[in-house]
Amino acid sequence: MVGHGMTGMLGEDGIHVDMNHLKSGEVNLGTSIMAINFKDGVILGADSRTTTGAYIANRVTDKLTQVHDTIWCCRSGSAADTQAVADIVSYHLNMYAITNNEAPSTQVAASLFQELCYENKDMLSAGIIIAGYDPKHGGQVYSIPLGGSLHKQPYSIGGSGSTYIYGYCDTHWRENMTEEEGINFVRGALQEAIKWDGSSGGVIRLVVLTSRGAQRHLYLPDTGYTGPGVTN
Amino acid sequence: MTGFDFSNYNRNAALHAKGVPLPKATSTGTTIVGCIYDNGVVIAADTRATSGPIVADKVNTHSPSSSLGTHNHSNPTKQLTHISPHLQNCEKLHYIAPKIWCAGAGTAADTEFTTALISSNIELHSLSTGRPPRVITCMTMLKQHLFRYQGHIGAYLVVAGVDPTGIGLFTVHAHGSTDKLPYVTMGSGSLAAMSVFESTWKPNLDREGAIALCAEAIKAGIFNDLGSGSNVDVCVIEKDKPTQLLRNYIKPNERGEKERNYRFPKGTTAYLNQKIISKEDMRKYISVEEASGDPNLMEVDV
Repeated sequence: MVGHGMTGMLGEDGIHVDMNHLKSGEVNLGTSIMAINFKDGVILGADSRTTTGAYIANRVTDKLTQVHDTIWCCRSGSAADTQAVADIVSYHLNMYAITNNEAPSTQVAASLFQELCYENKDMLSAGIIIAGYDPKHGGQVYSIPLGGSLHKQPYSIGGSGSTYIYGYCDTHWRENMTEEEGINFVRGALQEAIKWDGSSGGVIRLVVLTSRGAQRHLYLPDTGYTGPGVTN
Repeated sequence: MTGFDFSNYNRNAALHAKGVPLPKATSTGTTIVGCIYDNGVVIAADTRATSGPIVADKVNTHSPSSSLGTHNHSNPTKQLTHISPHLQNCEKLHYIAPKIWCAGAGTAADTEFTTALISSNIELHSLSTGRPPRVITCMTMLKQHLFRYQGHIGAYLVVAGVDPTGIGLFTVHAHGSTDKLPYVTMGSGSLAAMSVFESTWKPNLDREGAIALCAEAIKAGIFNDLGSGSNVDVCVIEKDKPTQLLRNYIKPNERGEKERNYRFPKGTTAYLNQKIISKEDMRKYISVEEASGDPNLMEVDV
């Protein structure tokens, strides 16, 4: 816990203080999340574990959050912080769509996220991946890690579980995968992340964003994450 | 001088530095649960309030349904025909709106005031829109209020209710995060209660099944968690029906009748002699006033 009376992120000795701290008792998304580009759009994926210390507060969490029709985000870090940020972005995108009579682009959504995450970096522990589909730019994936920087990427992984799947993703990633290949890539990666990371677990949730809209998938551990698949 | 006076802050910091402990807030070491069923939602709570190792409130003396006798044969079921939040003195089940109720864990004062504030705002919102309030509205107002205070308001809540959109059940943590689940537990007894849900919950419960399951989960908290105890309170919110508050639905900790007592009959103590001093004799030395009214009553009893 960072003591009060210090300035910025520096301790008395000028050494960097852990900014990824959680207030005691705070709900944490010890997480595995990812989003990828594929031929027809983007796929978002996440595990479903939410923890308070050693206790699993929710084993079927939905970390894939809709902020507009076909703009979604994966949340990692503090549950309270990421929910608050996503709610604020959702509000602004709604207003944007009404005032401009046009759906916002993924980049607009990502910029809103970045603004909030950067300007409030010393109060937030939020690592967010934004993925969206718009007719003009197709599928796009943006990542906002802890400091509030914004990165456009072909695919992005995040959360505590992501450290275990850098190798997997690097060897299995291909540009312009089909939807089925993309789903298998995300599901396979998250399965590994869940296997190795104790803070990740539960079910695997996916969202596929294309010109046809948003489609949800669910994969349960009971059947080795093979089904049931599409849920809407 | 206008504005706040912070001089006590320096005094308290100095005292604290010298080793004087901070005063402890009454914390509800608590078990609270909630569970949806086919036509509504049930929330339940234990009735113990603790501050440190002391049970701060064991018997609710304000409750109209609790009686002084050990044998209470009156029906604990109470129909809430017209609900007044001030008359329903419930420890941990808080009124938000007629069909939205909250179970609270954490700091007792914080759960009390947070729910009262949101209840007030929900009523004003409902009056302004001319519509019945929604559970999601209540949950959003709670989470935004708690997030603003960054966890310093120690309210951990289970929000439940029915509205025109359907049945709602949420948990709200002190830092402002929320979860939506078919069955939920919170408080220090949440682990014991969750073990009951995880082992016996099944989909498509009916009203009686949901009440029984919630009561069983609270009992697990009462018996297995040090911070929880006393009785089980239940609140049933159902579509197209008045909300029912089942106060002291189960009393698993009734005081048993003592088999023996330490009262000795008159004449137990032997004595060698006795001398009776009459009032007339005493008047020789002091003035004696005749008490007014019933001579059996002491002045404090009047």
